[in-house]
Amino acid sequence: MATPPFDAAAVQARCQRYRRRILDISQTVGALHIAPSFSCLELVATSYFGLMHRTGDPETEDTFVLSKGHGSPAQYVVLEELGVIPSAWLENFCRPGFPLATHPDYGTPGIAASTGSLGHGLGLAVGMAYADKLNAKARDIFVVMSDGELQEGSVWEALMVAPSFGITRLVALVDLNDFQSLGQTSKTLPNFYPMLDKLRAFGWECVEVDGHNPQAIHDAVKARSGTKPFVLLGRTTKGKGVSYMENVPIWHYRAPNAEEYQIAIKEVEGCNP
Amino acid sequence: MRNAFANAFYDLAKNDRRICLVVADITAAAGVASFQKESPERFINVGVAEQIMVGMCAGLALRGMVPFAYTIATFTIYRPFEQVRLDCCYQNLPVKLVGVGGGVNYSTLGSTHHAQEDVALMSAIPHMTVLAPCDPAESAAVTKASMGVTGPVYLRLGKAGEPDLTAAAPEPFQFGKVRCIRGGTDVCFLTYGPITKMACELAAKLEREKNLSTAVVSVHSLKPLDEPGIRALLAKFKTVVVLEEHAPFGGLGPQVKAIAWDSGARCRLRTYSLKDEFIHVYGSHYDLLKAHGLDPAVIFQEVAELAG
Repeated sequence: MATPPFDAAAVQARCQRYRRRILDISQTVGALHIAPSFSCLELVATSYFGLMHRTGDPETEDTFVLSKGHGSPAQYVVLEELGVIPSAWLENFCRPGFPLATHPDYGTPGIAASTGSLGHGLGLAVGMAYADKLNAKARDIFVVMSDGELQEGSVWEALMVAPSFGITRLVALVDLNDFQSLGQTSKTLPNFYPMLDKLRAFGWECVEVDGHNPQAIHDAVKARSGTKPFVLLGRTTKGKGVSYMENVPIWHYRAPNAEEYQIAIKEVEGCNP
Repeated sequence: MRNAFANAFYDLAKNDRRICLVVADITAAAGVASFQKESPERFINVGVAEQIMVGMCAGLALRGMVPFAYTIATFTIYRPFEQVRLDCCYQNLPVKLVGVGGGVNYSTLGSTHHAQEDVALMSAIPHMTVLAPCDPAESAAVTKASMGVTGPVYLRLGKAGEPDLTAAAPEPFQFGKVRCIRGGTDVCFLTYGPITKMACELAAKLEREKNLSTAVVSVHSLKPLDEPGIRALLAKFKTVVVLEEHAPFGGLGPQVKAIAWDSGARCRLRTYSLKDEFIHVYGSHYDLLKAHGLDPAVIFQEVAELAG
């Protein structure tokens, strides 16, 4: 069966719906990382609806790991749309008796690994990719990471070993929103960023694109050589779509009040990056 | 012990293609060399990088493999502690974490290489199983038994040259059960790991010189701990002595005391452990134990008085 052509406009429309949905959920629970979810939404949605081979069977389909686990709403809304998790779970996010937490838990349908502490997802993915290679399983692993996460030493251990082990079916998508909890990433460690050359020097194929542009994300990942593990650096805006959240650190974890919610809803209706 | 582990591992891995060995630039003996030669793709040396060693093991396990991580105990579990806790234990994956040189076995290398709090730390993590065999044969037995554990396992090994202590054991190895390896009726040593040799020597001397019939019990499974088995020993013996090469907190001693209290035990109970110290003494393994207060001459006198 031929793969249908990638529909970037449909992914954009989805992301608009997802932003609304996440804002709705934010009105029932405080423990929601809205801004980090909004910055990685196009990276997550393009993975699911443009890059991943999805069969519904975890044994054969591509794997998705949200290494920046605090962006979980971005993955949950996709899983909801795919029918993997019921809407009631999202509507009862972080409530006793329901399984969805601020960070994804292994064992929840659609969640391939527990994350939440930064710097774990890529190492887990390297192990999965090694096993797939060993067992001749032809599938890709997609890992969404944050740029602050790149400060974890464990990430560099994973970056170090993957190319040397001949791992090729591994795609890391970095949400380059230039923010971490306390401020701007590039100002926190100014001599550490940018990343492109460092990642290439570690033996990875690496491309930087607009991380809110599904077509650009799709095309860059599809054009990879397949001879090395691949990193896509996606330039993004933290809190993308809501003006007062964009690049304002407090929105890393704050939920909008009723008035702020109304403003946000109006703004995301018009958000078409 | 590491040879016995390596040979047992080789036997298991030969017949089970799910098994792989992930090492961080330290490897075990001949059995592993044979494995590496025959199955190079399942022998993974990540270099001096323990976080990825354990992270990769968890990733392999998420794909149905049965990985063994192997290096010096401190580096197996301390450096990558969060990978142990989250990647392996939180996800409850069948990763075997093998630590060679548990306790103060690396007696000339200093505290950087001493795993003296490992049982406490590993036991405190949900889902973890903690195994500490007393001799080469028991090392092979726990390695094989670990395959039946569905969650993560910390396998605390000694190093090399440990004597055989279990060939004439009155009880066979049974996973998760305390095992009497030397029979007796007056005094009972509860112990685990290479220091079991000291317990056996003390038992022989107490019998010979003080006419105290002394049993030695290998508590090779620290978690799960065989509480009914320990309760029975506390009820059976008038004098019970815990001897462990571990910090005074969170090891076997405090747990035996808790079981004794909970079960209303009437026996005399004495516990011996390492000191709560980073000691700056270098020499043989025996020298280090002695510096930590685990001096067989002192223990002999005290136990003889306690039981007399």
